[in-house]
Amino acid sequence: MRGGQVAARAPVIQFTNCRILRGGALLREDLWVRGGRILDPEKLFFEERRVADEQRDCGGCILAPGFIDVQINGGFGVDFSQASEDVGSGVALVARRILSHGVTSFCPTLVTSPLEVYHKVLPQIPVKSGGPHGAGVLGVHLEGPFISREKRGAHPEAHLRSFEADAFQDVLATYGGLDNVRIVTLAPELGHSHEVIRELTALGICVSLGHSVADLGTAEEAVQSGATFITHLFNAMLPFHHRDPGIVGLLTSDRLPAGRRIFYGMIADGIHTNPAALRIAHRAHPKGLVLVTDAVPALGLGNGRHTLGQQEVEVEGLTAYVAGCSVESALEAASLHPAQLLGLEKCKGTLDFGADADFVVLDDSLHVRATYISGELVWQAEEARP
Amino acid sequence: MKLIILDNYSQASEWAAKYIRNRIIQFNPGPDKYFTLGLPTGSTPLGCYKKLIEYYKNGDLSFKYVKTFNMDEYVGLPRDHPESYHSFMWNNFFKHIDIHPENTHILDGNAADLQAECDAFEEKIKAAGGIELFVGGIGPDGHIAFNEPGSSLVSRTRVKTLAMDTILANARFFDGDLAKVPTMALTVGVGTVMDAREVMILITGAHKAFALYKAIEEGVNHMWTVSAFQQHPRTVFVCDEDATLELKVKTVKYFKGLMLVHNKLVDPLYSIKEKEIEKSQSSKKPYSD
Repeated sequence: MRGGQVAARAPVIQFTNCRILRGGALLREDLWVRGGRILDPEKLFFEERRVADEQRDCGGCILAPGFIDVQINGGFGVDFSQASEDVGSGVALVARRILSHGVTSFCPTLVTSPLEVYHKVLPQIPVKSGGPHGAGVLGVHLEGPFISREKRGAHPEAHLRSFEADAFQDVLATYGGLDNVRIVTLAPELGHSHEVIRELTALGICVSLGHSVADLGTAEEAVQSGATFITHLFNAMLPFHHRDPGIVGLLTSDRLPAGRRIFYGMIADGIHTNPAALRIAHRAHPKGLVLVTDAVPALGLGNGRHTLGQQEVEVEGLTAYVAGCSVESALEAASLHPAQLLGLEKCKGTLDFGADADFVVLDDSLHVRATYISGELVWQAEEARP
Repeated sequence: MKLIILDNYSQASEWAAKYIRNRIIQFNPGPDKYFTLGLPTGSTPLGCYKKLIEYYKNGDLSFKYVKTFNMDEYVGLPRDHPESYHSFMWNNFFKHIDIHPENTHILDGNAADLQAECDAFEEKIKAAGGIELFVGGIGPDGHIAFNEPGSSLVSRTRVKTLAMDTILANARFFDGDLAKVPTMALTVGVGTVMDAREVMILITGAHKAFALYKAIEEGVNHMWTVSAFQQHPRTVFVCDEDATLELKVKTVKYFKGLMLVHNKLVDPLYSIKEKEIEKSQSSKKPYSD
């Protein structure tokens, strides 16, 4: 196959003196990359009889899969929910700036908006591969407008909607089409939600439950219809109650379809969720935890580290606050789990052979030293530059 | 033979690694003169491989001009199976050192024509100028490589069916499930190893003691194929105390007494860093049988 031949001629780069996240553990192994993909060095040695063309010393750092942020509303002054003429530039700016936080793929998120905004903005945010220009766009996350009035949080009340009789058509009319859409957050207690969930799932769109007052039974039915994600667990939903845990109860529900795993987003900045609550969720269902920023346009504009380092605070936050959560768990929550949520784990969120070579170089405090997309260096910390 | 007795496994592994290191460096290999090394697999040589990797990482030893020939490989096991000898050599040695893949040779247990593969291997050894130093181990049944009891002492590289002893010994690498252990292997012959200019056998652990006794204190016998090396002009047996448990006290005392002399083979320990200095000194031929 032509593609394969071109890749075979590409230079082989061997990243040495590092610990790589593989199989849930940090192993003292070299990472080999060729043609933008992670390479199996044993195969290269015995079948092609080749050595690396270039070796790069990683100074003992950790190499983790690039982080994937499935909920980010904007940043650095850019608001994805603004219907401007040039949404693309805004997305590109954010895509470029989040590289320094180790994010290599993301889902630009739109909050509840009027129809005109969806119709104008959505076509301007195509799925796009990452590179030196910025992190890859995996598709848009539409958070709303089909959400609960009671739990709307910061979403504008005037633009909330419930499903009309022909629910799925209503959805299409609201958004103006579902091209470029990757995730939809909705409240399952709304009438006709099940047909919507089923139709969206059939189209390969991830349905997430959030901004909802659903009880556990309703939430379970939604999962049975195809929902696989919970938007920012604990926030904008009924609190855990021992006689009806609500959406939170999905983490340990025994009424989910066999073989289906429920994922849940967490904003682990220690503010949106008390660290103790975060730990309860993590211990109940460690393999479902997905770290998100839910960053707002103000990201990167505040003084000091707090907002600038929102992603850093998260990852640091997770390891600082969740005692007993290992570095490996935290890294998987930021990379592998979001990839699994979106069904991309064969090529994203892992350092397995054949996966896209999107990875971050981290020091022991999990600060990002460098970011790579498709095996290419796309960002590097100041001190690291020659 | 030289029987080198060290106190424990790690000392024996280190002595063996030092010996190999000195041999390679004193040979002074280059692009027109490769050092050909025969290599084993299994748990016994792991410590030795670790030390050799350490010497490479410290800059004291290079495998740039070393060609390796492994003794054996299972038949029918996929090359990337975690228990194949290809995987073993990659994970425990090749991936950590500077050897070029084209200078490594391991029999292909999935070749279409197995005997042709074996014949080709013999040709490769010949083309490389023969083996300078063949490192091997010993099975609990006294076999060298997969030359099971009853193998001809002048045998060449060929297909062998494994003895039950060997299958049992290898089961621990296959989740203890006898059904999963391969039953056939390609192996260098006793004769192939005898052709090497020098042979070094690593034997550690009490479970190998009886085999060592049979190999060096009894006669040359095809039921204990390592005994063939009694007729090789230059053999070194490196073992730990436990492996000598079945030997006569007299034998052990004699060779322990010789350690003063034998240690001169690893001390001074050479390094490629001081190659220039070392070249200028006349190197006396090391003591031999």
